[in-house]
Amino acid sequence: MSQPPNRPQPARSKGLPEHLKDYRGVWVVVEAERGHAHTVSWELLGEGRKLADELEVDLGAVVMGPPEPWLDEVCAEAGAHGADLVYRIADPVLHDYRTQPFTQGLTALVETYKPEILLLGATTLGRDLAGSVATTLATGLTADCTELAIDMETRSMASTRPTFGGSLLCTIHTLNFRPQMATVRPRVMAMPKRVDGTDPKIIDHPLNLAEDDIITKVLDYVLDRDDDKPRLAYADIVVAGGMGLGSPENFQLVIELARVLGAEYGGSRPLVQKGWIPADRQIGQTGKTIRPKLYIAAGISGAVQHRVGTEGADMILAINTDPNAPIFEFAHYGIVGDALKILPALTEAFRTRLTALKGAA
Amino acid sequence: MNIVVCIKQVPDSAQIRVHPVTNTIMRQGVPTIINPYDLFALEEALCLRDRFGGTVTVITMGPPMADTSLRKALAYGADRAVLLTDRFFAGSDTLATSFALSQGISRLAAEAPVDIVFTGKQTIDGDTAQVGPGIAKRLNLHQLTYVEHIDSLDLEAREITVRRRAEGGVQVLKTGLPCLITMLEGTNSIRFASMDDMFRAARTRLDKWSAKDAGVEDMQKCGLRGSPTVVKKVFAPSPRTEKAKIIDIAGLEPAQIADAAIETLFEANPELHEDLRAFASGA
Repeated sequence: MSQPPNRPQPARSKGLPEHLKDYRGVWVVVEAERGHAHTVSWELLGEGRKLADELEVDLGAVVMGPPEPWLDEVCAEAGAHGADLVYRIADPVLHDYRTQPFTQGLTALVETYKPEILLLGATTLGRDLAGSVATTLATGLTADCTELAIDMETRSMASTRPTFGGSLLCTIHTLNFRPQMATVRPRVMAMPKRVDGTDPKIIDHPLNLAEDDIITKVLDYVLDRDDDKPRLAYADIVVAGGMGLGSPENFQLVIELARVLGAEYGGSRPLVQKGWIPADRQIGQTGKTIRPKLYIAAGISGAVQHRVGTEGADMILAINTDPNAPIFEFAHYGIVGDALKILPALTEAFRTRLTALKGAA
Repeated sequence: MNIVVCIKQVPDSAQIRVHPVTNTIMRQGVPTIINPYDLFALEEALCLRDRFGGTVTVITMGPPMADTSLRKALAYGADRAVLLTDRFFAGSDTLATSFALSQGISRLAAEAPVDIVFTGKQTIDGDTAQVGPGIAKRLNLHQLTYVEHIDSLDLEAREITVRRRAEGGVQVLKTGLPCLITMLEGTNSIRFASMDDMFRAARTRLDKWSAKDAGVEDMQKCGLRGSPTVVKKVFAPSPRTEKAKIIDIAGLEPAQIADAAIETLFEANPELHEDLRAFASGA
């Protein structure tokens, strides 16, 4: 759409309004549900620590949940992963995640203690909550960031994320609103070292919401069976295929190599869109971000969003018939050849070695 | 029952190319499609209408040419289509987009109360998943994201029960109407639109609403001006200083290629060899 002619100067050119200048501090919302904290929260505390140090402010963790012993443990863990302060709301209505009470709690904390940066995990919970809170506060929210930095001149956060379906990266700022909100996917940021014996200051805050005031009720929570969950994000070896495999039947070659190696398998985004593999096997920024020791990518061209989701791998071996495929720009080793021939050969070669090793053991 | 489905016309991402020299998006000739995730929302809405009666209205904010996607949605079976198009909407981020859409939905609701608003879980071009929750918040709708199944709907009691995908499992949630549902992918598959459906859709009159038509009073909340986020730069990732070391396979059979590859990997990272040894011995 074209720009309107002679439009008045947008509000954003005025700089940060006076009433937002006292927003200070970096916060991470710790995702704690049913007794467990999501590891993305610790990864974010690691990243938040860097931002807070650069801004010379405190790093705060927000912990919301029911008043049960496990919530205290989560607070202590937040300290062990770098938080100076913990803002805690402990209330029975927070037993399960629901949009309304969590939005109300987080909004109240932000309005009371005024952080300049608010980070959440880009999980189903984090995205549900972030979208609701950002709209309530009428502030900027940047999804699925892959890099966070501070522009000291404006004291604003530079949030970088893939754009245009993952073909380019863009850097986004929230200049005139506070807090500056961002979500980050699991495994994108490195896990910080755990430090025991920290003693974060805990600030308790009330929720002031009765169960009767909440319309949405949780009738049941069906836990996933452990064995039907792909563990892509945490696997040491990952084998993946792309459109270069040519047909869904050929994807079996990827599964076989993965099986021999005791590895996880997955695929690129187009495979999910074509229905060759389920969505929870998608590797890349818009699927699962992986950090394995070895990643074998067969017939994957290597779009930016795939690259961003796999760059954390220690070693990437790419197999592609096209010597100019972008994946060779970021893989460590490459084979220019037909994945349909090389995958079964790799499977066989690894099987032979494993049998030999087993015999020797 | 009245249902509104928010859709977005997006470039077919499979066909986007980046100019090798200028690093800009080459948009020429890239076909546009309905955001694939939105089709799961549309199909779910159509199924509910078929069961309970009522209407399905599709709404989108976009340039005038976004009417193509609305007509496609009509061909699938939507009853009515609304295009929010205005230069004041240009440059909207997710906050401004949810504002424009909620204004449009409010106008629809003023004509006839809306029971459910559907969106896809996210778009394939923006990938934010923020507009759905934004609309829910603005219109005070009960928010149900990542829904994989609607278990029951009771129009008399005005209650709905759904299964919502959470991180380690599935929440079964009961809430009231009106609500906003973002539908998870893979939950259904969009029905077939026949040639007749497409002809009918082509003849259907679309509602084209400007910001004023949609009831916007404060233009500062629209488009670029209503967007707190500012895109500072768009760029291609800098190439790694070192490109992939290509393993020389000239004249080798697949089995020899595999051996060469494995030797290279083990040499570069002996730890891998140790891991494999541990794996072989059942550790």
